[in-house]
Amino acid sequence: MIDYAFPGLLNYWIVFLLMMIGLYIVIAHENLIKKIVGLNVFQVSVFVFYISMAKIKGGTAPILADSIEVYSNPLPHVLILTAIVVGVATTALGLALVVRIQESYDTIEDDEIRDIEERSD
Amino acid sequence: MTFLSLNMSVLAVIVPLMAAPICVLLRHSGLAWAWATAIAGITFVLSIGLLQHIMANGTLVYEMGGWDGPWGIVYHIDEVSALVVMIVAAIAAVVMPYAKLSIEREIPKERHYLVYCMFLLCMAGLIGMAVTGDAFNLFVFLEVSSLSSYVLISLGNDRRALTASLRYLIIGTLGATFYVIGLGMIYMMTGSLNMTDLATSLPEVQDTQTIHVAFAFVIIGFGLKLALFPLHIWLPNAYTYAPSAVTAFLAATATKVAVYAMLRLIYTVFGDVNPFETYGLRGVMIALALLGMFAGSLLAIFQTNVKRLLAYSSIAQVGYMVLGISIGNAIALEGGIIHMFNHALMKGGLFMAMGCVFYMVGSTDLKDMAGMGKRMPLTAAAFVIGGFALVGTPLTVGFISKFYLVQGALAEGWWPIAFMIMFASLLAVIYVWRVVEVMYFQKPADGDLSYNEAPIAMLIPTYVLIGAAVYFGTDATLTSEISLNAAQTLLGGSK
Amino acid sequence: MNIEIITSDALNVMTLLFMAVTAIAIARIRNLFAVVMLSGIYSLMGATLYVILDAVDVAFTEAAVGAGASTVLMIGTLALTSANENATPNKQTIKALIACTLIGFALVYASFDMPLFGDPNAPIHNHVVPRYLNDSMAEIGLPNVVTSILASYRGYDTMGEAFVIFTAAVGVIALIGRGRREKSANENMADANNVMKRKIVLRVVSKLLIPFILLFGLYVQWHGDFGPGGGFQAGVIFGAAFILYGIIYGLGTLRKALPAWLTRWLMALGVLLYACTGVVSLIKGASFLDYNVLASTPTGGQHIGILLVEFGVGMTVFASIVTIFCAFAGRAAADVNKVSAKQRSAGHD
Repeated sequence: MIDYAFPGLLNYWIVFLLMMIGLYIVIAHENLIKKIVGLNVFQVSVFVFYISMAKIKGGTAPILADSIEVYSNPLPHVLILTAIVVGVATTALGLALVVRIQESYDTIEDDEIRDIEERSD
Repeated sequence: MTFLSLNMSVLAVIVPLMAAPICVLLRHSGLAWAWATAIAGITFVLSIGLLQHIMANGTLVYEMGGWDGPWGIVYHIDEVSALVVMIVAAIAAVVMPYAKLSIEREIPKERHYLVYCMFLLCMAGLIGMAVTGDAFNLFVFLEVSSLSSYVLISLGNDRRALTASLRYLIIGTLGATFYVIGLGMIYMMTGSLNMTDLATSLPEVQDTQTIHVAFAFVIIGFGLKLALFPLHIWLPNAYTYAPSAVTAFLAATATKVAVYAMLRLIYTVFGDVNPFETYGLRGVMIALALLGMFAGSLLAIFQTNVKRLLAYSSIAQVGYMVLGISIGNAIALEGGIIHMFNHALMKGGLFMAMGCVFYMVGSTDLKDMAGMGKRMPLTAAAFVIGGFALVGTPLTVGFISKFYLVQGALAEGWWPIAFMIMFASLLAVIYVWRVVEVMYFQKPADGDLSYNEAPIAMLIPTYVLIGAAVYFGTDATLTSEISLNAAQTLLGGSK
Repeated sequence: MNIEIITSDALNVMTLLFMAVTAIAIARIRNLFAVVMLSGIYSLMGATLYVILDAVDVAFTEAAVGAGASTVLMIGTLALTSANENATPNKQTIKALIACTLIGFALVYASFDMPLFGDPNAPIHNHVVPRYLNDSMAEIGLPNVVTSILASYRGYDTMGEAFVIFTAAVGVIALIGRGRREKSANENMADANNVMKRKIVLRVVSKLLIPFILLFGLYVQWHGDFGPGGGFQAGVIFGAAFILYGIIYGLGTLRKALPAWLTRWLMALGVLLYACTGVVSLIKGASFLDYNVLASTPTGGQHIGILLVEFGVGMTVFASIVTIFCAFAGRAAADVNKVSAKQRSAGHD
């Protein structure tokens, strides 16, 4: 007999909290590196969401063996493998842009950059 | 021949996709350009073939790797997908020849091959989004096209291109992640990622709170990508500071494909749920579309840079498309779909005309347009014709779109909306007139009115699009037949 | 109640809570170096969680990418920018808090109709997936179902993914790559200034480690069919070995071992290998990426196809990671030289 009440939905709630912290970092902070870190946090939380739903209590990793009957769901794993790659690709590109922005504006604070841009208009 | 007709759909994606790494290996500016142009041409031919095939034989399903849906990834191509593929390929085939001179002027030579590589990737990503029948695969190709467009935008001359690109990257990634969250919840409730399979299983769970929120997330996700008002903030700077050829290509294709994706989600994936009624989406979408139409046009009026003016006008035009989608009867939907095609022609043409100006003058500021009617008469004329189309004058494509939209609104008895469509066109008259006035009736500061037209290699592609905007405005039988078919297939449900 | 299940659930919730604490710390701390480190730790905890949740392949990738590659790139960026963040205006903080709270509540609202965590009767365990678990042995013949789906059932997605990382690498070259002559001059100067090279412990340890890392990379590449692993993870691990070499011995030395033209070719050939495998299927009269026709028996064909595409992914990922690292490091080298040139000229004045 397995009890599904724990962690039940609690698991998802914490994941949503993680997502929102990530989103908060992206929206609230002006520093561009911080924003990209925030995007990372946000994305990793989404990955955790997918992997959480794939879990079956008492299941094992989806590598077939004769002695095992219950496997966790492999499909979200595949999707998230793809999403991780997309995530690192976006991070790399974003950081390259940050480097260029630092070189041409001499700051990576978005509000200061906006000031500079408005002045030059 | 059977090989081609069997595999046309997949070839339309992998030909530009595989051409991109080869472009990196070529490394020579001229060679890379010739290669990319040839590939764009081939893809265009393929896309025409695909559209003909779909019009003749109806919806096409292509099973990747021989695995049938919902286990494998399948292409699901109906008239709308084929039309969008054709738009992307056609614009690419016109912009490529134009791009050579424009890019030589705006980007250092050692980076040219990278630009063409990114062009090909972006094109392949957009076409891949249009043909796929798998909701997660849509995300993968969305990212291929997005990442390449961030790079393309960042290569603009002005340093503001960098910040525009990074802000677009952040917002675009947020949008894509919202989509992935929404899709995760949809997957959680149905167990499938295949669009047609989802269409059959979603009605069972349509009233769960999870699906309500999931729907909101996927719509917001794509709303960010298609610059639906008020999620449009990334667009003006991105279009203003990107290299001219890039702006022409992206403005004509990227938002259209995002509109298409939203159309697909609403009419196919959630087709049997009918989210307009069930979730009360119609009112919200119509309101946002109208707001976008007015706000975009009003903001366009006050711009001092013509590229930026056109960018705000794009936000307004996206409003027309979304309006067509959300009114929801066949005529309005036809109007929305035909406007995707028509707007691609005119906005592509207008941005290309601005590219010609930038090539000669090095600026697209309104004040530098003075005397263009004499200095660059052909370019200025192209802009005027494109401007007419934007306003919706009869004998241009803009008229056709608005004709269907107004009719669609009237068919529902919503005459205030019909009135507002026409009123928004009046705003377009104002912002187009501002540019025309400066071009023809103002003297440049230095008084130089000598003839100084853009090179013919840039003018011809510009006139191809502008000419098409007039041609399909005078004879819309072909385009309206395609979009009517497309609208009927969409309204026919998920089948 | 099964004690193993309870432990795993408790670990799961605890790891999530740790992640929440880390995320809050990331939001609060203004020293960017600490932030980047914490973000690496956040990813690593994510990877731990994936192991608890049976996603070993994902854990492997997250550890290699999120905690490894991303962190290295972020530190590289920090070296080129500033290490501290300005305080954020209060107005914005409040706006962001309200937005996030609203969205968070929407998500919690959504959760009430979700299947409970770990419930085997959830739709996702009963639709589509049973075929992968029951038939993939007969249809594809590999024990690792994740590899079967990744490389065959959803192989087209994986091709897209390979193209995404390729796009990023080309994009990074376009943004911060340098011309050829300028590059080697900068690299050699930076190598002369490299402090790491003088640390004997680092040099010896890295020399000892690198062969084993490479060996492990090969193992992960070819063993992905049977256990966790595959082209992507192998590519990152292989890349990591070279990045380590680059960090200790300098970019110029790394580029001597692995010149720019070579990584560019590998990067392009990897994705081409993947796509060409699909084209061979097309030419043989089957669908794109249908591996069944690649050999006399379907499973034989699947085996060859998966081997080829995984190798393609490995090549592209390895070359892309190294390319991206070198672009960042090259920029840093140029920066260091500029600064030292400035100091020198200041000294002369």
